Amino acid sequence: MQAGKPILYSYFRSSCSWRVRIALALKGIDYETIPVNLIKDQGQQLAIIEFLEETRPTPRLLPKDPKKRAQVRMISDTIASGIQPLQNLSVLKQVGQENQLAWAQKVIHTGFNALEQILRNTAGKYCVGDEVSMADLCLVPQVANAERFKVDLTPYPTISRINKTLLALEAFQVSHPCRQPDTPPELRA
Amino acid sequence: MGSHPLQGSSPCSASSGRGAIPWEAKGHHTTMTESSKPILYSYFRSSCSWRVRIALALKGIDYETIPVNLIKDQGQQFSEEFQALNPMKQVPALKIDGITISQSLAIIEFLEETRPTPRLLPKDPKKRAQVRMISDTIASGIQPLQNLSVLKQVGQENQLAWAQKVIHTGFNALEQILRNTAGKYCVGDEVSMADLCLVPQVANAERFKVDLTPYPTISRINKTLLALEAFQVSHPCRQPDTPPELRA
Repeated sequence: MQAGKPILYSYFRSSCSWRVRIALALKGIDYETIPVNLIKDQGQQLAIIEFLEETRPTPRLLPKDPKKRAQVRMISDTIASGIQPLQNLSVLKQVGQENQLAWAQKVIHTGFNALEQILRNTAGKYCVGDEVSMADLCLVPQVANAERFKVDLTPYPTISRINKTLLALEAFQVSHPCRQPDTPPELRA
Repeated sequence: MGSHPLQGSSPCSASSGRGAIPWEAKGHHTTMTESSKPILYSYFRSSCSWRVRIALALKGIDYETIPVNLIKDQGQQFSEEFQALNPMKQVPALKIDGITISQSLAIIEFLEETRPTPRLLPKDPKKRAQVRMISDTIASGIQPLQNLSVLKQVGQENQLAWAQKVIHTGFNALEQILRNTAGKYCVGDEVSMADLCLVPQVANAERFKVDLTPYPTISRINKTLLALEAFQVSHPCRQPDTPPELRA
């Protein structure tokens, strides 16, 4: 029934695409990339990750315990609904070029203020306890966005620590925007 | 389903003076046992809160409502107490089984996993993916872009045009998706999490005077869903904090 490799439509710099690339890497799923210049469909990436989790369950991206699963989803949704969409390309176009940086920084600061508080309760080595989860897949690309918008991360030590720990993992490296088929030469690792 | 506030137009208060929400004395260490009712922090008109109210109604879960007025008192969601409960300063938040969960879809998935009947997600993983995709399209792709805090930032003279544009863009995509997935409801013929997201978003669209003529599938499904009891008892016009002039 499975007809060949999964195909991922991906934009090297899209944080939404990066989340899915990390999931595919963690689960050891070989796939083809079709680069697209602009991801039109927002916010469907978590559905893809949940599908991968249900059909290729190891290694896990969601804990067993329902309360911890709720924490993972809460953190993921905070990023995927509460932060990222508000600073995506089409919104930035609408706020106008002279306002873009301030807008993006404000959105990210508001979201990271909340996230830092949440993580202080839930985090161990990673966002929720000591196992990599869907929340971590959302965190790293969002921190990369924050850095691109020159957001000062000093107020967010937990976010920074977890981000650093995750970036050392292979799945987060092979999926990194600087190593994609469509990464422009000047940005390539 | 929800309990009524003690009296008056401001939310009920067990604490002195602030006209504020009856917070528990200790934020983190709940004295609730597993057998006490869940508590939903909700605003009558919040579409995200409405999603969770529908889920609770469908699953027959009895709960208490603590209203959080997003406008009064410069926004009760900004109070220190509420921020301790939900650092994102948004509704809904649900206190259940000794934990507090925010983010409506995370809440609904938790309800689904712990109170599995009736189902809100199909069995088949591909259909589940469709339900989640539609839910995410609304909950990440449309609603956040026209929520209260974003509208405040775009400025009053731009708000209506902004909200309409966001909803049109989102509904254009959604209408196409639904033409592939829908039966009686968003995905096939069973009510799912996607339907819980759809109805409140259509209500938002109507509030922003979005013309729904281009979206016949969305309109049809919305109409079918609104006839169901769970969508009615949870409706903004029937909540403990619904203002008298908007009450059904």
